[in-house]
Amino acid sequence: MLHTFVALVEDKPGVLSRVSLLFRRLNVNIYSLVVGRSERAGTSRMTIVAEASATAGHRIAASLYKLENVTSVDDVGAQANVTRELALIKVAATPQTRSHIFELVEVFRARIVDLATESLMIELTGVESKIEGLIQVLEESGDQVLEVARTGRMVMRRGRHGSRVLEAMRVPGMVNGEPGDEHEAEVLEPDVTGEHRFGE
Amino acid sequence: MSSSNELPNPMQDWQMGRGAQAAPPAPRHSHQDVETAVQTDSTIELTGAEIVWATLEGEGVREVFGYPGGAILPVYDALRKFPIRHILVRHEQGATHMADGYARASGRVGVALATSGPGATNLVTGLATAMLDSIPIVCITGQVSSKVLGSDAFQEVDITGVTLPVTKHNYLVTRADEIAPVLREAFAIAQSGRPGPVLVDITKDAQQAVAPFNFKAAAPRPRRPHPMLRAEGSAVADAAELLRAAKRPVILSGHGVIKAGATEAMLTLAERMQIPVATTLLGLGGFPASHPLALGMMGMHGESWVNDAIQKADLLIACGMRFDDRVTGTLASYAPHAKKIHIEIDPSEINKNVRADVALIGDLGEVLELLLPHLSGASAAGESAWLREINQSKGESAVRDIRNLPDLGHLYAAHVMHDLWRATGGNAIVATDVGQHQMWEAQYYRHEQPRTLITSGGLGTMGFALPAGIGAKVACPDREVWVIAGDGGFQMTACELSTIAQEHLDINIAIVNNGYLGMVRQWQEFFYDKNYASSPILSPDFVKLAEAHGIPGATVRARGEVDAALALARETRGPFLINFLVEKEESVYPMIPAGAALHEMIRRPASAGPDPMLESPDDV
Repeated sequence: MLHTFVALVEDKPGVLSRVSLLFRRLNVNIYSLVVGRSERAGTSRMTIVAEASATAGHRIAASLYKLENVTSVDDVGAQANVTRELALIKVAATPQTRSHIFELVEVFRARIVDLATESLMIELTGVESKIEGLIQVLEESGDQVLEVARTGRMVMRRGRHGSRVLEAMRVPGMVNGEPGDEHEAEVLEPDVTGEHRFGE
Repeated sequence: MSSSNELPNPMQDWQMGRGAQAAPPAPRHSHQDVETAVQTDSTIELTGAEIVWATLEGEGVREVFGYPGGAILPVYDALRKFPIRHILVRHEQGATHMADGYARASGRVGVALATSGPGATNLVTGLATAMLDSIPIVCITGQVSSKVLGSDAFQEVDITGVTLPVTKHNYLVTRADEIAPVLREAFAIAQSGRPGPVLVDITKDAQQAVAPFNFKAAAPRPRRPHPMLRAEGSAVADAAELLRAAKRPVILSGHGVIKAGATEAMLTLAERMQIPVATTLLGLGGFPASHPLALGMMGMHGESWVNDAIQKADLLIACGMRFDDRVTGTLASYAPHAKKIHIEIDPSEINKNVRADVALIGDLGEVLELLLPHLSGASAAGESAWLREINQSKGESAVRDIRNLPDLGHLYAAHVMHDLWRATGGNAIVATDVGQHQMWEAQYYRHEQPRTLITSGGLGTMGFALPAGIGAKVACPDREVWVIAGDGGFQMTACELSTIAQEHLDINIAIVNNGYLGMVRQWQEFFYDKNYASSPILSPDFVKLAEAHGIPGATVRARGEVDAALALARETRGPFLINFLVEKEESVYPMIPAGAALHEMIRRPASAGPDPMLESPDDV
């Protein structure tokens, strides 16, 4: 199955190789890996999607947390969350075929971001299935997909789980006052299907 | 960074000492100035090289093991100002094993020093050894100047890249002002949580540059939160309930008991609940071997009654151990009737090999402190049916015990171990190598105290014993230290005899010499139709080799000579080497073949005639 881990890591040279080395050592293939800045200075946020057995989630999360540059790890797979991926798709298009591509773009709530004589570029944001859906429809309607660039999955927990941000912003009373605040979730359950969060 | 667009000139830098041309003249501070600055918490200008030593001194380091070379020379140049003893090794691998043995014997962080390139790559085996056994060591390497990093400069190797998988963490330091905070953090990481080796690679220009040094201000920030168990956690209550309900419990006592200093708490747990205690190889000494509840070593060459007890148990309490494959046999049939409580500091070990019913994550001492109050009302009634059953099987199985066998002129390694145990009262620090002698030592030398067995368990590093024994002796100069090695492993690091001689270290060395790579030969005998491919090994006359280093020695051929030789070694001031010429084709019994279950052990075959190794009930 696909596991999705969100890791907050120190923004330093070599951190990415430490993280990727861990997956290599476990012989786990990384499906996608997104790194960017987080809400905190000096901290990057990684979203790692990897193919591994259902029981491997705990061990991968725990091993990630063992890396000294990793501040927190969250196996978000089964949690309520928002998932997004950005894709740029270049499609062969002549003045004759453009109009039906525009229609498709409208239906998928995508945007045209570049138009040339022989092609156009579509920007699309959404979950993977939406992106794959547009590509499939384009191909089935005879439009040649010339190039695809995808960012890979980015994930954020819904609702009150954003307390990490609040904590970082030092909003009082939001973290410790809450019943069942996320510190409760730190107690590691040995249950392999359970939630695996470390740190924070 | 320089604003110049000129390409770096490696030729300028690799010439020893000339890289300093651009650096300002180093301020001349005496050691007293540094001491005063540290005591008064004030800042002092030092070179990076001086900061290395000042930080080590601040961390309480009194001894380091190392080997100089071009890229680390500034650090060596600054050593004379600091009251730190440097032990010159003969090979950098030895420096890491010495730091390792130092840490295992004392619980303090061991420090090794090496130059860039080949000096640094020679550390890799020692780092991996320390990594697999979770030993806190800090290795400092010199690196080529930051201006030429990545240019294949002379003696340049990407050692932080090379050692990524065999260190707990590592650093590349390119600025003098980073040295103190990084080194202090390295010490913190090496010791915290599950300990491990940390490597700090410092470029030569960072060693030569001048930076303000303030020991206190360089303190590492607080460690990351550890997913530590809480007192109110229901897991503790669950564990207590399992413990109360168990009819056939066994405690598995691992290396974590020694690291956490939890021997007392383990004794309390075992005695209060009357639970027998099985020990891993690295856990030997964590629970006193003479204790009535001590079963002995488990696993591949463990005692059969120990493995049988584990297979029959209804509850295993795993304390600071990780269910390594040498301990479990095939996992499919491991302890099939037992629920498992796993007390472990590293969350990634939970459910790795064996599924835990209750996992208690944290420092073993702290977890037991939480757990024991839940068991305060437990009855410690006399011998339970379970203990009686184990003790009976122990009685039967103990027939393999050769300890009281008559001397029929043969010399068996097991005899040597037993006699050494008797002679030293089980109180010496023993550093063993890897192979048959390691298993015999584990079987016949009964360790009563923690930190008395220094052995490479996880990586199984041949050549470990001699340098590790040196490290142990440097850490504990008042303790009796014995190095036990086979004729094969000893030759891997025999160069360190010269280190012993130069440092006048009072270490006794026992070579168990059977003319074979014994454990390899044993596997070839059992599993490869006695095809002894490349396992017979020729050795020099070890006593003459010792003499060449100015170290006295003796050769022992029969059991009758063992006691006298041991006494001579122990009486001799300074090092002494004994070459024990033991039975050539003897095997370690019992043994679990690879892929077999824990209770399917190969036992010593009965032979015709009065074999001195023959098992019979009269031997007990």
